[in-house]
Amino acid sequence: MIEVRIHGRGGQGAVIASEVLADAVFRAGSYVQSFPAFGVERRGAPVAAFLRFDDQPVRLRCQVYHPDHVMVLDPSLMQVVDVTAGLKDGGWILINSEQPPASFALPSQFRTATVDASAIAIRHRLGPQTAPIVNTAILGAFAYVTGLVKLDMLEVAVRETVPIKPDSNVAAMREAFGAVQCEGKAQP
Amino acid sequence: MEKVIMGNHAVSFGVQLARVQVIAAYPITPQTQIVEMLSELCADGRLAAKFIKVESEHSVMAAVVGASIAGARAFTATSSHGLALMHEVLHWAAGGRLPIVAANVNRTLGPGWNVWTEQTDSLAQRDTGWMQLYCETNQEALDLVLLAYRVAEKVLLPVMLVLDAFFLSHTMEPVDVPEQALVDRFLPSFEPQYKLQPGEPCSFYGLVTPEYYMELRHKMHLAMQSALAEITAAGNEFGRLFGRYYGLLEPYRLEDADVVLVTSGSITGTSRVVVDEWRARGHKVGLLKMRVFRPFPFAAVRQALAHAKKVAVLDRDISQGLGGIWASETKGALYGVAEPPVVFPFIIGLGGRDVTPESIHKVLDYTVAHDAPEDDTVWMEVKR
Repeated sequence: MIEVRIHGRGGQGAVIASEVLADAVFRAGSYVQSFPAFGVERRGAPVAAFLRFDDQPVRLRCQVYHPDHVMVLDPSLMQVVDVTAGLKDGGWILINSEQPPASFALPSQFRTATVDASAIAIRHRLGPQTAPIVNTAILGAFAYVTGLVKLDMLEVAVRETVPIKPDSNVAAMREAFGAVQCEGKAQP
Repeated sequence: MEKVIMGNHAVSFGVQLARVQVIAAYPITPQTQIVEMLSELCADGRLAAKFIKVESEHSVMAAVVGASIAGARAFTATSSHGLALMHEVLHWAAGGRLPIVAANVNRTLGPGWNVWTEQTDSLAQRDTGWMQLYCETNQEALDLVLLAYRVAEKVLLPVMLVLDAFFLSHTMEPVDVPEQALVDRFLPSFEPQYKLQPGEPCSFYGLVTPEYYMELRHKMHLAMQSALAEITAAGNEFGRLFGRYYGLLEPYRLEDADVVLVTSGSITGTSRVVVDEWRARGHKVGLLKMRVFRPFPFAAVRQALAHAKKVAVLDRDISQGLGGIWASETKGALYGVAEPPVVFPFIIGLGGRDVTPESIHKVLDYTVAHDAPEDDTVWMEVKR
């Protein structure tokens, strides 16, 4: 079973990201479960969403405490939330940032990658410039770094799940796939 | 067709497939998405139902009762304080022998103010004359909407369909949404024997003196009892048509089990994982999932548990002064059994506190390590 945790701020689309990813993984033939951290969501406040997928039905009904991979939709969360909490050794930490991965100086048992999802989302006019909706871009980068989901499946899922601007969202996702900075993995 | 949907929308799809005719609702977290989707279906014509907005949950149930008296298939959904506010009218629905289905998404009652899951809200309605069905998965939530109407319209009592806040309501997972034609075979349209209609004036809910009141309650009691067989029969027919069978309860690795977990709702899935781990280590551990709380399936529970040595009941609810409500009923079911198992009543996960595999391991560790519980009720993972 693979478990993923997505950190974001209310309004960035973390929950929709987990739903799109769940839909894409399901279309590829896996069993999935996705859910938000259960709380009282407010715009701008730290939020989280979770995803599990497996080749058998997912029976666990509790929050994810030991994710295989983590996505961070807002780099300012790095100072607020312990995004590596419970992360398994070798797991990816994918951060929305224009900075190189080394600038975050995260422990070496994890793999760090960055993608400037905000700039990509702004270029594709996803959300306001001051608060771009970065979820589809970060999913494209996730597909690149982990190889756990095919870009074509994500595109189908985005078109099914995201309520507006399907073409722009797909374009942002594809651009981010090719714009990842990461250690130990060649640029696409 | 399989879709990845949240538990709340699984209920909405079930209501759509049941061709419900009247929906009244007042929003409350965490059920709101159920009626939100239904209102969209009604607005764009995909569901030919009248959607009635009202000013409180008390009026919600009154509207649904009125619709049902007029012969319509009626539905509502609520949670927690909303259900509590409906309490009075729940009696009118059941006493009126109306086949209403209401979904309750379990949410903790305040104070302290809390939107997370706990079963006390629905279990506290146990004496209202409603049947109660509890769900483990989103699939079960959809399927049991259909089963609920089928049974309700047979025995003429309302059904409360119960699912956990967030762990089901807001969790997305694959659900098979059945074909309408197949659902229509399982659940044909319903024509009540008596209903309000223009041209045939009649009256419901008149004064009933002591001379007859007791007979009304006795007939309700008999109807409730008959529901045990009706749920079993309907669950079997559902299985023949859709490939998913639903009984009064669901044993899991129960054969030869010395220690049995009794669970309901979403805790069951996590508990199954833990049972598998204990079995892999050679322990004779099993699980009994409760689906039906009212009518309580005493005979079936007795049969399922009579050969166990220890029974650990997980209650995500609390009746102050009693303890766990499921544990209380389970003990009742075992009364009179020769050499009955020792019942370990656990209170766990109140107010939406997460119940993890580690929590269930602790329950089993405690149960195995003790000959009997050290107190009437064992509080798990509580800060002292």
